[in-house]
Formats: sequence, structure tokens, C-alpha cells
Amino acid sequence: MYGFEAMTFNIHGGYLEAIVRGHRAGLLTAADYNNLCQCETLDDIKMHLSATEYGPYLQNEPSPLHTTTIVEKCTLKLVDEYKHMLCQATEPLSTFLEYITYGHMIDNVVLIVTGTLHERDVQELLEKCHPLGMFDSIATLAVAQNMRELYRLVLVDTPLAPYFSECITSEDLDDMNIEIMRNTLYNAYLEDFYKFCQKLGGATAEIMSDLLAFEADRRAVNITINSIGTELTRDDRRKLYSNFGLLYPYGHEELAVCEDIDQVRAVMEKYPPYQSIFSKLSYGESQMLDKAFYEEEVKRLCLAFEQQFHYGVFFAYMRLREQEIRNLMWISECVAQNQKSRVHDSVVFIF
Amino acid sequence: MGDRGGGCCPPMDLFRSEAMQLVQLIIPMESAHLTVSYLGDLGLIQFKDLNSDKSPFQRTYAAQIKRCGEMARKLRFFKEQMLKAGFSPSAKSLGETNIGFDDLEVKLGELEAELVEMNANGDKLQRGYNELLEYKLVLQKAGEFFTSAQRSATAQQREMESQQMGDQTLETPLLHEQETTTDLSKQVKLGFITGLVPREKSMAFERILFRATRGNVFLKQVPAEEPITDPVSGEKMEKNVFVVFYSGERAKNKILKICEAFGANRYPFAEDLGKQALMITEVSGRISELKTTIDAGLLQRDNLLRTIGDQFEQWNLKVKTEKSIYHTLNMLSLDVTKKCLVAEGWSPVFATKQIQEALQRAAFDSNSQVGAIFQVLHTRESPPTYFRTNKFTSAFQEIVDAYGVAKYQEANPGVYTIVTFPFLFAVMFGDWGHGICLLLATLYFIVREKKLSSQKLGDITEMTFGGRYVIMMMSLFSIYTGLVYNEFFSVPFELFGRSAYACRDLSCRDATTVGLIKVRDTYPFGVDPAWHGSRSELPFLNSLKMKMSILLGVAQMNLGIILSYFNAIFFRNSLNVWFQFIPQMIFLNSLFGYLSFLIIVKWCTGSQADLYHILIYMFLSPTDELGENQLFPGQKITQQVLLLLALVSVPWMLLPKPFLLKRQHENRHQGQSYAPLESTDETLLSVANNDSHGHDHEEFEFSEVFVHQLIHTIEFVLGAVSNTASYLRLWALSLAHSELSVVFYEKVLLLAWGYNNIIILIVGIIVFIFATVGVLLIMETLSAFLHALRLHWVEFQNKFYEGDGYKFYPFSFALLDDEDD
Repeated sequence: MYGFEAMTFNIHGGYLEAIVRGHRAGLLTAADYNNLCQCETLDDIKMHLSATEYGPYLQNEPSPLHTTTIVEKCTLKLVDEYKHMLCQATEPLSTFLEYITYGHMIDNVVLIVTGTLHERDVQELLEKCHPLGMFDSIATLAVAQNMRELYRLVLVDTPLAPYFSECITSEDLDDMNIEIMRNTLYNAYLEDFYKFCQKLGGATAEIMSDLLAFEADRRAVNITINSIGTELTRDDRRKLYSNFGLLYPYGHEELAVCEDIDQVRAVMEKYPPYQSIFSKLSYGESQMLDKAFYEEEVKRLCLAFEQQFHYGVFFAYMRLREQEIRNLMWISECVAQNQKSRVHDSVVFIF
Repeated sequence: MGDRGGGCCPPMDLFRSEAMQLVQLIIPMESAHLTVSYLGDLGLIQFKDLNSDKSPFQRTYAAQIKRCGEMARKLRFFKEQMLKAGFSPSAKSLGETNIGFDDLEVKLGELEAELVEMNANGDKLQRGYNELLEYKLVLQKAGEFFTSAQRSATAQQREMESQQMGDQTLETPLLHEQETTTDLSKQVKLGFITGLVPREKSMAFERILFRATRGNVFLKQVPAEEPITDPVSGEKMEKNVFVVFYSGERAKNKILKICEAFGANRYPFAEDLGKQALMITEVSGRISELKTTIDAGLLQRDNLLRTIGDQFEQWNLKVKTEKSIYHTLNMLSLDVTKKCLVAEGWSPVFATKQIQEALQRAAFDSNSQVGAIFQVLHTRESPPTYFRTNKFTSAFQEIVDAYGVAKYQEANPGVYTIVTFPFLFAVMFGDWGHGICLLLATLYFIVREKKLSSQKLGDITEMTFGGRYVIMMMSLFSIYTGLVYNEFFSVPFELFGRSAYACRDLSCRDATTVGLIKVRDTYPFGVDPAWHGSRSELPFLNSLKMKMSILLGVAQMNLGIILSYFNAIFFRNSLNVWFQFIPQMIFLNSLFGYLSFLIIVKWCTGSQADLYHILIYMFLSPTDELGENQLFPGQKITQQVLLLLALVSVPWMLLPKPFLLKRQHENRHQGQSYAPLESTDETLLSVANNDSHGHDHEEFEFSEVFVHQLIHTIEFVLGAVSNTASYLRLWALSLAHSELSVVFYEKVLLLAWGYNNIIILIVGIIVFIFATVGVLLIMETLSAFLHALRLHWVEFQNKFYEGDGYKFYPFSFALLDDEDD
């Protein structure tokens, strides 16, 4: 019921919305980042983080810290919060929350499949998986030899199964195939998520369609840039674009025929929201594009909190936390490797 | 302002907060630690953070704090291990040598390493042990399975053989035999894997096996009866023993991978029966062997933990104090020469001597060549508020502080709250039966005070325990008011002699008091029991309680205004006396003070005058004749004068003060613009000292001051009416309380009594008790408490209380314990 969410939203969603807004207040601020960037050692980072919400998760770590430990513990906190919210959630919020994790699930599937292709140890791979994207039989993925098997053996039990219907081939798995599979899956996932949000209606649909459209457009740009100079045909490329977003459909047509980064730029500059992103970059440069996109995303995610009575805040919170963990990882790596001059290259301030 | 108290009143500890001073300590580096530690023992100085612009890890003692954090982590590790092993760290600290910080660190490190190694060994052994247990289980279960399968297989084979024997005629080609033998050899090549899989995963396991091999496996599962400890995770879980038969190498690889993925532990298994028996005995032998080793290891570990546990508390305290010392040291700024630390902080004036002694002791004990320098700084910054409370007064002070911490040295309403709070509560909660119940409950807390204060209580119990003295006072006062109201669970008693009234005839008792005649002297104390239950009880009590509420309210509000006078005198603010205190007194008393006077006159003379009428027509038509409402001669002219005074006092409050303030400011400003030429070194110095604390003379915005004064005046004038009306809640709640207890008494207890049935009576008594405890004793206490709180915070304190101070938090080791948990 559009416009009347306020009347009934709090019956089921009020508590969790309050929780998630409380969590949001715990996100690190620019002042925190400034302090973190001045740290000399990882212990300094731990000391600083102990004053934040990460404190309890880091306080029992013995002193020679590693970047991985910090990231692991910070992720653990996010996972704990997510699980708590999922436990409390009722339909359709619980489904919505589950949708948030599918992206990680796809990444994990791809990680394991690629890993086994290169003969890595499964346990080692499992440790690298994002804990939000874990499912029961994930380790069994290593058994599969081709996509059909992959689907038939393991994924049929997971929520990802419907997305697979589009990319089942009997071809053996190789790097190229896997990458295409990842993108097809992600594409199907985004479209499904988009449809689900539209079905929910109201402010959720409004805000999530904006956020997901941005995500889809970013993917389209990334796919285009990454596939320049590969043997991916134009038609194949177009198939990987999602069927929604600001670029759909005309932008996709143009992106599909792009041959170098400047052409992509020319296409994107026709769209006002992306103009500002590309105007920051010099010609021929694509290194800083990721950061520019992340900054734009963070801005949009923060805006999601400005409105009440919708599920977008959950999505936004999870994404912001993930960005924060990426920031922490980058800072920790820079500190650990004594590259402090590069600290600001990839850190996206959230507030 | 402020070092010397106003000479108007005798020193009262609680009435004004302690005189504070900003002190500066210059401490030589070498004795800094000891000095701070002594000051922490003393606990009478609040350090200012002089390094607030530095982040925590850039400060001088960041490394030490990190070490403390590390030690605290080790201690937490020990605690966790002790809890796991089922010890609790003993509270008794064994009297032994005071261990140094560095030694402690080394010792903790050693102990941790030892414990970790022991744990690792223990874990390894435990893991082996669990594996063997699982293996044994597999051997047993799979053995059972194999024997049963073999039995059926042999039976089948025999059948087959007998068939074959029958078939085996001369025509049988030789080739056929060959085929059967090859068949047999193929069967032998059928491989199998045995192992254990967690039960909740067993279904998925089976499904995946089936899918992966396209059904070309045979899986047999047997549930293990009791939960087994998993060797890898060390958790107890339910498991199934399984045997998978497969054919071919590829299938084997797949199955192995799947087993791995499902965390299914595989164990070798011999087909041969003899070998099986051998293995079982061997495994059992090793199990018992391992068991003794593990037990020995555990014993050793327990001993270690016990020794740790004996000193745990002491170490914990040591680490905590060290950490707090370094935190404090981090707040001090480093001198330019880096040879001494400069501390600034607030301390009560009375503590000067103690602090100096502590400094001397520290300098002496640390063999430092120079002692610490103690000097008092002059500042215009507002000092923190510090009341020296004891366990009785602290709860009342908390009630005031919950509204706002008193401004430095302003009149503290806490002093009066000690009496007025329980009294106003009791006015609403007047029943000496309920009062006694409350008193008994709170006496329990007070008697067991020592024991209860040392242990952790629940949330609500904690709160009740904290307020035990408040509740005690409340219950004592409600016993008193209960006696005045003559109520004991709503039953009147003739405690102070017989009722003054008797019936004129037999039928008068229930109806009205009109049928009563006075036969004795007036009932000496409180309400005459004869009123109870009569039809005119309510009108009588309502009138009594309503008037009483107004009297109490006017008295308390007057007290509030008088306190504002004390504040004005204390802070030498004559403006507030002449243009705030005096018109406020006049306004309140000419209206509601006069009403109170009328009430008392009416009580004394027994007149029938209508007070509402008098008060309302005093405004509406002050010139009219009073007629029958005349209470005393000259009433009309008095009323006219009072009304005039009230009307005059409003502009008196509103207008002069802002203009006078403006003139004051202008005078000062003028003086200032010429002053700098004559300024001496001293003032320059003080300016230099204070430049960080902002300028004392702020911009004077006349319109702002005027609007502020306007709001104040309106608030007071309207407040005088609404606050007086607000005190009527005393009557309303008291009425509600007595009516509720009447309902419970008559409609439950007496009704149940009337049935003459023992069961109904018991049920009635139970319901009565629960209703009394739940509704009257708990909920009514809470509501009366809240209303009393409101009357203090709003009606009383808004007359004088600023409440914009901040609390004094001394650096003290005694407060450390509460902080952490």
C-alpha cells in the first residue's frame, strides 16, 4: 500500500529498523578514520578500534596482530549483527535480508570453483569465503567438474538454483566460463532482487530500485571495461547486462559496442548522475573508477537512511559496513606494509 | 565569585557544594607514577585532560597502556580457562609480597605460555582420544553390519550354490564357470569406506552421494546411541556410523571429497573378522592408555589454574590500577624540558593538606631529588560540584541530581528533599498498615546491607536496594500520615481514645454524620474513626485533604522562593533580591498565601464561608460586598490591597531587571575600555591564565535578556496558579489510594468472609494479599513516588534551582571496580 507504510510498518519492522539505525550510529566517522590513518602499527589500530563498537571483538586477540585477524573479527561482528536481525525478522523482511547475502553466495561459489580448478586445498578456500555467503554443502562444490554437475550436485539445494537455469552448459569449467557464470548469476540475482523489491512496493521499492539500478549500472560499466580486448562477443556482452537501471536499454546498446575506455566514458557522460563520477577522472584512466563508484554508492546508501518505514536501510547498512571493513582492511594493509602515503587512495569516508 | 562563602549562613555540608580549587601539580618524571598512584588512593582530585587534541596512541604512555591491555587480556584468558575448568577465582587474597608491574607482566606471560602449551598438548591428546573413541564405535557398528550382511550373504550364496549344484549338469559350458569367477573377482574389487557423519547432515550427505555417483553406491547408516565428541571441533554432537560401497577409482575420489566436505571422519576397517577383533582390543587398550595420560595432564592443569586463581583477584586489581594510573598520566602535559609532567585538576579546598602530604610521601618514597610542586590556579571556569554525602543522604542527592547537577555552590534542594520528599509521598500514601509493610521490606534491605552491597543484584532489586533509606523514610512518614488519616488497610482504629461522636438513635450509623452527637472531647489525633463508612466521609476528607494540599504546596513553593533569596545573597546578586525575590514573594503570597490564610481562619473559626467564591470574586469584582463570606473584619480592604500588590508585582518582575542589567553592562564596558592602561602584571597574568577558558564578558544582547525575563515572568505568574493546582495531586492520589484499599477490603475480603465458606475465604484472602501487594504496595508506591518526584523537580525546584553544574569525578582507585563491570 503505497504511502501508508507508516500505519503498519512498525508492527513487524519497527524493532529491527530501530536496531539497524542504532547499528548505523556505530559506524566509524571521519574523525575515526583520520585517527586510524595516523596509526603507526596494527596495535595502534587495535587500540583505536577498542574505543569503538569493534572493541569487544578485538580485545581478546593476542598482541602481534595480522590484517586478516582484524578483518576477520570485524566481519564477525557484521555477521553477528546480521544473524541477530535475521532471527528477529518476519516475512517479507527475512526474505529481503536473505537476498542481501546471495551476492556473497555467488562470490563464494565462484571462489571455490576457481580454487579447485587451480588445485587449491578446499579448507583453505573455505576460510577465504565470506561468512555471509556460506551454505551447508558449499564444500561439496569442489567435486563438480562442469556447470551441469555443479548445478545438479550442489546448487539445486541453494537459493541460487533458479539463477543457474540460464547458464547451464556441459562445457568444462575454465576461468573464462567461470567469470561469465559469475556475471550471469549476478545479473539474474540482481533482476530477481529488483523484482522482489518491486513486489514489496512502497518506499522500499522506490529506494531499493534506485540502489539496485546503481549497482546494475556499475556492473554494466565494469563488465564493459573488463571485457575490452577479450574474445567476448558483443551479443554475449549484452546478455550480461541487467534488464533495468538507468542505462537500460539504450545505454546498454552503446556500451555493448565500446572498444576502449574513452568510448565508455562518452556513453556514460550522457547520463547526468554518472557525469560527476566520470568528470573526476582524467581521460584514459580507469584505476580510480572503482573508488569513484564506491564514493557515489556510499553517498546513496547514506541517503537511504533519510527516509523511514522501508527495508532499504538494512541493505544500506550491510553495504556500508562492508565498505567500512574494506576501508579498515586497506588502512591495516597500508600500515602493516609501511605504505602510509597510499592510505587515502582507497578509503571511502562514510560520514 | 566563590572561594569564600557568603557570611549569611552557618556552614552546612550539604547545602552548598564543597569549595573547589583548580590546582596545578608539577611532578618530576621519576616520581610521577608513584605520585599519581598515591593520589588515586586518596581519591580527591579530578584531573583535567590536557592532551585532548592527541589521539590515544600518540600520548606519552600509550605503550604502557597497551601493555596493560595485553595483561588484562591474559587475565581474561585465565578467567575463561578457570570458568571452563569449573573454578571460580577465590575472593580471598593471600597475603604475600607486593609484586612489581614488570615482574607481573613477565609472570603472566610465563603462565600464559605454560597454560597455552598445556592446553595444546591436552587438546592433541583429547583429539587422539576422541578419534579412537569414534574408531571404536565404527569398528563395533560396522562390524555388526558386516557380520549380519555376511550371514545373509552366505545364506544367499548357499542358496545360489545349491541352485548351481542343481543346474550343474554336463551341458554346462566351461565358459560359464569362468564368468562366475570373474564376477566374484569383480565383487571383491568393490571398495568401501567407513566413518562417522554428523546426524543432521546425514540426509544431505546421502543425497549428495547419490547424485554425485548417479546412484552407484550403497550406503548403510547406523545411528550412534549417544552423542560423541567431535575430534576437530571438540563439541558433542549426534553422529551416524556409515559404510559406503562403491566401485571404481573415480567414484572413490568423489566420495572422499564429499566426506571431507561434510566433515565426515573416515576410519580404516578390515573385512576380516579376526583382524577386527584384534583391532578392537588394540583400540581399547590405547584408549585406556590415553585416558590416564589425559587425566594426569588435566590434574596438572588444574593445579596450575588453582595457583592462578588464588592470586587472580589481586593481579586483576593491580592491572586495573596500573591501567588507570597510566590513563591519568596520559592526561598530563609534558613540560618543555621533558623532565616533569604538569597536571591540572580540581580538588576540594579541604583536601589541600592531604594532597600535599601525598605529594611529599611520593617524592620521599621514590627518592626523587625534587618534590612535586603544588599550586592553586585562579580561573573563571566553573568548578565541579561535589557534595560529601553518606549512605543515607546519597540516595536523596541522587533524586536531585537526576534532574540536574547543582551549579557550583548553589543552594542544594537535596537538604530539604530528605524530609519533604518522603513527606509528600506519605501524604499520597497515607495508611499505616501499608507503611508498616513497606518498612518491614526496607528493613530487610537495611539489616542485610553489608551482605547485599557486596553482591550483584537484579536490575529492580538493585534500584530498590539503592533507595533503601529513601523507602525507609517514606514508610515512616506514611505510618505517620496513616495515623493522621486513621487508616489501617482502610480500617479505622480507635487508637487515641474513643470517638468523640455517638449515635443519637440506632439507625444513624451508616447514613450520615448528621445523626451523630458529640459526646466527648474532640478526637485527640487525626481523623475521628466515626467518619469512616458514613455517607459524608468523602466530602469531609476531600475538603480536608484538598485544603491541606494547598497549604503544603504554598509552603513548599515559598520555601523555594526563599532559597532563591539565599542564592542571590550568596552570589552577591542584589538585583535578584529586589527584582525577583521580593515581587515573587508578594505575588505568590498575596494570592495563594492569602488563600492559605483564609483556609486556616476557616478551620479555626468554623465559618461556613465559600472560599472559591471569595477567591474568584476577589478578581472579578473586588469592590462588591462579601456578605456571608466575610471571615474577618476589614477583609474587603485587605483583598483590594493584596490584589493591587499582586498586579504591581508583575511589571516589577518584568521591567527593571533587564534595564538595570544593561546599565550594569554598560558601566563595566566603559570601565574596561579605559582600564588596560592601568592594568597591572597580576591581571595580565590572570588573563593569560584564563585565555583558554574564554572571555568573561560576553556580548550583551538586550533583546535576548528582555525576552528571557519576559518568559520568566510569564512562567512565574502562570506557574503560581498552575503549580498550586498541581499540588492538588496530593489530594487526588491520596483519595485514589484510600478508595482502592477500601475496594479491596470490602469487595474482596469482607465479601469472601460473608459466604461462611472456608475455601472462599482462603481464596478471598489470597486475592486480597496479592491485590494489596501488587496494586497498593508496589504500583501505588511507584505512582506516589513519581508524583512526589514531579512536585520536587517542577513545582519546588523551578523556583530557584539552576542545575547546570557538573559532577566531581575524582580519580580514585575505590571507584575503579564499579566502572568496569
